[in-house]
Amino acid sequence: MIRRVGIFLAALTLFALVAPWLAPYEAGDAFRGFLHAPPMRPHLDGLSPVVHPLVLADRLEQRFEPDRSRTVRLPWVQHDDDAPVFLLGADDFGRDVLSRLLYGARTSIGLALVATLGAVLIGALAGAWAGYRGGWIDDAIMRVADFVLVLPVIYVVLVLRAVLPLVLPPSTVFILVVWIFVAVGWPFVAKGVRAIVAVERSREYVQAAQSLGAGPLRILTMHLIPACTGHLLVQATLLLPAFVLAEATLSYIGLGFPEPVASWGTMLAGAGNYNAVARFPWTLTPAIAIFAIVLLTNLLTSQPRRNQA
Amino acid sequence: MGRYLLRRLGFAVLLVFVVSSAALLLTRLAPGDFAAMQGVDLSGDERDRLRESLGLNRSLPEQYVAWLGGIARFDFGQSLLYSRPVSALIGERAVNTAVLATFALLLATFLGIPLGIYTGTQTGLMRSLVRAISLVGISVPPLVGSLALVFLAARTGWFPVGGMTSSTGMDLTWTQWLTDLARHIPLPALALAIPMAATLERLQSEAIESASRERFVAASRARGIARARSILRHAWPVSLRPVLGLYGVMIGSLFSGSFVVEVVTSWPGLGRLMFDALKARDLFLVAGCAATGAFFLAAGTLLADLLLAYTDPRVRTGENA
Repeated sequence: MIRRVGIFLAALTLFALVAPWLAPYEAGDAFRGFLHAPPMRPHLDGLSPVVHPLVLADRLEQRFEPDRSRTVRLPWVQHDDDAPVFLLGADDFGRDVLSRLLYGARTSIGLALVATLGAVLIGALAGAWAGYRGGWIDDAIMRVADFVLVLPVIYVVLVLRAVLPLVLPPSTVFILVVWIFVAVGWPFVAKGVRAIVAVERSREYVQAAQSLGAGPLRILTMHLIPACTGHLLVQATLLLPAFVLAEATLSYIGLGFPEPVASWGTMLAGAGNYNAVARFPWTLTPAIAIFAIVLLTNLLTSQPRRNQA
Repeated sequence: MGRYLLRRLGFAVLLVFVVSSAALLLTRLAPGDFAAMQGVDLSGDERDRLRESLGLNRSLPEQYVAWLGGIARFDFGQSLLYSRPVSALIGERAVNTAVLATFALLLATFLGIPLGIYTGTQTGLMRSLVRAISLVGISVPPLVGSLALVFLAARTGWFPVGGMTSSTGMDLTWTQWLTDLARHIPLPALALAIPMAATLERLQSEAIESASRERFVAASRARGIARARSILRHAWPVSLRPVLGLYGVMIGSLFSGSFVVEVVTSWPGLGRLMFDALKARDLFLVAGCAATGAFFLAAGTLLADLLLAYTDPRVRTGENA
């Protein structure tokens, strides 16, 4: 379980880092003649996959038809800016949805990963300190944690974000949103860590470390927090999809990243109203990506329970 | 029991007070006030005059104390954005959110609990199918679910794509309004209910599975009680304890979810109102919404706990379970 979660988190980090390199186009590349172009289906020509380039059939209806007399190679093999290839369609600016999805993965998953790391770190430290020291420090930290836990997460995030300046550069948004997510996420980690540490601190190995002269800081970081690894990893897999979703929600309502930035939330916001969604459903692919992340983490954490039963 | 109830009520009052105060103070301290957010064609002087007329130029402590004084008389102040009493505005919108949340909760309960009992006590292909569906259902957050349902509605026309009533719903009779509501509510309620129903199904399934292994269930079977009756009358009540415990936790996610669903499907609820108030820096309205939200939250969790106490005699008598 611990190993599997570790591998999953490492793979996701790697994916978030390399995803933009897999994109056939830049996130901002807009092809003016191809607004809302539909997804193109690749087929094999001999051994190499090719597609039929799109031709605008009806400008008023924004309808495209494949030109069956010509073929274009996939953009990873050959770039042809006159005949762009949209494997997942194009958005309202004529930008490749697949490329934006991959760039958006870096933004959305990256943000969620950084926020998860922050929440786990702060939660582990606060929880371990509370459990180790006990007394009024324990009471104070846990009261605050309990209070934050009662509140509906989205509302807290919404209020915290809305009271900050509304228009900010993307890098500032990234940092601020990470801090907001850490602020609502740490109690989930801290509660469990406190419970484990409160039990573990009276174990023999802690007493042994104490009698060897180890200070509280050393005991906490070298002995007690490592004892919580399993709990920390499980909490990380629960926080991660919640943060991906929270970013999407914030950006969807216009309080997250501003438009040119590719994130799954800004892409969903750009999908527009029900009319646009019904005509150009491929702009909703980020929703499928979010669903996939949530499903993956659910499969990861629900499996071992079934084995036990 | 009385002491417990008193402590819980005290916490509820504290929650409402702290949350609404924090919302008011945060909105007041936020950069840009209501006057600064109004129209681009106002001159500096006009903005200052607007501030004065609305009392926004008072100091923070002065404003806070005045607001607290109003609260004591159940006067939540005047909305700057809508120029109407906050309590009237919230009254209208809170009902809409409550209708949506209640309907979604009922839907989730009537879907999740029977299915959970089924998958927890039966075997076969049907059970595996339901389990697989519910694992997918847990993974459909309200944002994704409502977008997917709006797409489905726009494509098929099976139900209206958004809103709570049709725009012509001004002078409808009571029954017409109700049928209109019945047409509009399934979409947002379903988007909210799907992950909740799936979570309930999973938990109920596990709970009744372990409850069925208890010896008193075997004893009831040995006395010749039919299997269905032994499951429903003997195993199920015991398995309800963790399930009812989940309701207390779900109230929070019901709120978070309903905000998202309200925005996506333009349901005129509390979440939307608070969002607009926050963006316009309408501080009294923000505080009022926060207070109402906190009240619902506290009431919901309290209700869930009382339900738990009612169904489990061990909690009622204070005996450690």
